[in-house]
Amino acid sequence: MLKILMTRFRQGCRTMPFPKGKPPVLPARYRGRPIAAAQGDSVDLGSITFVPDSGIRHSGDFRMAVSGREDLILAGDVYALAHTVKKEILKMFGRSLKLRQVSAGGCNACEADINVLNTPVFDLSRFGIQFVASPRHADGIVVTGPVPRNMKDALLRTYEAVPDPKVVIAVGACAISGGIFDAGPEDSRGLDTLIPVDLYIPGCPPHPLTILDGLLRLTGRIKVV
Amino acid sequence: MELFNGGSIALKDIPLLEKKEFRGEVLLRCRDGARLANLFGSPDGGGGVRLIAILGQDEDPELQILATTISAGSARYESLTAELLQAHLFEREIAEQWAIVPEGHPWLKPVRYHANYRGVPDIWKDIGEQTIPGSYPFYAVGGEEVHEVGVGPVHAGIIEPGHFRFQCHGEEVLHLEIQLGYQHRGIEPMMCGSGMKRQALLSESVAGDTSVGHSTAFCEAVESLAGCTVPIKAQAIRAVALELERLANHVGDLGALGMDAGFLTTSAYFGRMRGDYLNLLLELTGNRFGKGLCRPGGVLFDIEDSMAEDLCRRLTRYKKEFEEVSDLLFTSPSVLARFEGIGTVSLEAAKSLGMVGPAARASQLEYDVRSDYSSGMWQFYHVPISLAASGDVYARALVRRQEVMRSLELLLKLLPSLPKGEICASPGPLKPETLAVSLVEGWRGEIMHACITDSHGALARYKIKDPSFNNWFALTLAMRNQEISDFPLCNKSFNLSYCGHDL
Repeated sequence: MLKILMTRFRQGCRTMPFPKGKPPVLPARYRGRPIAAAQGDSVDLGSITFVPDSGIRHSGDFRMAVSGREDLILAGDVYALAHTVKKEILKMFGRSLKLRQVSAGGCNACEADINVLNTPVFDLSRFGIQFVASPRHADGIVVTGPVPRNMKDALLRTYEAVPDPKVVIAVGACAISGGIFDAGPEDSRGLDTLIPVDLYIPGCPPHPLTILDGLLRLTGRIKVV
Repeated sequence: MELFNGGSIALKDIPLLEKKEFRGEVLLRCRDGARLANLFGSPDGGGGVRLIAILGQDEDPELQILATTISAGSARYESLTAELLQAHLFEREIAEQWAIVPEGHPWLKPVRYHANYRGVPDIWKDIGEQTIPGSYPFYAVGGEEVHEVGVGPVHAGIIEPGHFRFQCHGEEVLHLEIQLGYQHRGIEPMMCGSGMKRQALLSESVAGDTSVGHSTAFCEAVESLAGCTVPIKAQAIRAVALELERLANHVGDLGALGMDAGFLTTSAYFGRMRGDYLNLLLELTGNRFGKGLCRPGGVLFDIEDSMAEDLCRRLTRYKKEFEEVSDLLFTSPSVLARFEGIGTVSLEAAKSLGMVGPAARASQLEYDVRSDYSSGMWQFYHVPISLAASGDVYARALVRRQEVMRSLELLLKLLPSLPKGEICASPGPLKPETLAVSLVEGWRGEIMHACITDSHGALARYKIKDPSFNNWFALTLAMRNQEISDFPLCNKSFNLSYCGHDL
């Protein structure tokens, strides 16, 4: 027991001050929101995989979640970050949002970085957001992966099992557009070709901060800037 | 024919054996102690399929290659599985991918539910249209008091999809059958139709938690085909990233095991510490999973002296923290009571299944690619093989603990003495009609990529084998006669990849 207490003491409190305080500084090599494309050019954040050798220049800004598919297209300097869900839905979910995660064919990196939100550093439950074990207990689903043929049925059935009204969140390039698998023989071309999506969180995978920022925007804890 | 890790060989130099002779030779060598490291089909250019077996002796760094041809007219051969258990999943995969019947296979069922690559009628009618498990009748145990528990594909936690079917008598599991394939994206055929840039990205997405492992294997295979010499510094940086990946996952696994044993304190600490290693990868590569680092020819990011110093400083601190928290986990009697004697896999079973990685080493199977088939940086740095004897959850946890310590020690040795120089060479065109094989010890075990080029030097066949492919069956054996409530703990102790298996 003493050992546990000593370790507890040495570990200290590790939860980040964000969103009330400043977010942690991400390393210089981190590839965040792309830097405004040249005049007339545009970048679709929903389909790029944020690799270093794509020719796209990236900033260190992790805020990238949006409410509509077309908002992911960055043209010039304009980029409309996600806004809060409709008032009547916010009233229901704003202080308590239960989500069911459906992993549908990705590489498990997005899932891993969603899981990280439950560690003490991000401590997602302090915002009343929780991942639950059954779609029947959930207010919405978080989908990752390109939804390959073998997962389509299971995904749609999970979606239907969530009681209305519900939110749908697409995390990662694969779920948004098919990502690297957008030419795959077995894969879908974006979650919103199957079900309506309320929040798009781009990245390959998105940094946990990007996901957290998106969820907090959806629930009105961060207002659009 | 023999081949070293990272070597290549012209197809015409691989002798083609008669089907019967091929079978006899594989069985004979495996009886003499070889391991069936891979068995796969590849189009032979004339409508038939070439079967290629890659055998490893493990104490001998040369891989043995055997091949035979299955003609389109007679797409069948005598199955190996009845006499060689390791072949079981390989043969099912061949049956599904190439519509070739392994006659006498004791358990011929689909692996991933997709249409075959030859465009001929499938062995299982309309398999490419069916939803898993199609019309497959799961193995069922009869009897009044026997009940069945089905779990998945959508699980309770944030994990990948798969279906588990338990046959239980009370709490006791008599049999577990695992059906995967839900994550099947079609990566192997996609690899062949893509340019090298996209191939690199696909290799990073075989299994995101093993991005560095799989992309290193991809790069080494392609570099071998291109005859490209990779700068020594690039090899060192790949090794650093591979070990950081191992550290992140092993530490995370120990946390998950703590969670399933009900010791949440350790799970919270290990969970956070896992993030520390991912953040080091972020610092190095700009991505928490190391995506974007390895490219054919070398790496895209350098480790400058100041970064190496900083990494060392932080790893020294992390090492101390790890020692403290793992001491907490491994000296807690309630944790040990949950770990010991649960999910035991004997050495004999591990050998006959062809298990790899920490799970195999926990059953005292002494095999680690880094020392047995050392290539790249591993030729200069020796990592002792971490072994445990009991083959249970405890042993699998213990091996991870040892491997974390050894990886940390290795990094603290390697980082201050990183070689100097270039980090990326440019790979030339690939040799035509050649087979290249590369092996990497990922954190789950042996990753093997094998690729074959056509007459123009384009990839005609790309075979990926994740260590999970070898090990999933071991989980079903580990669950025999265990309590069903031990399944989560047992499953975590293997922590296998669904997407790496499903491709």
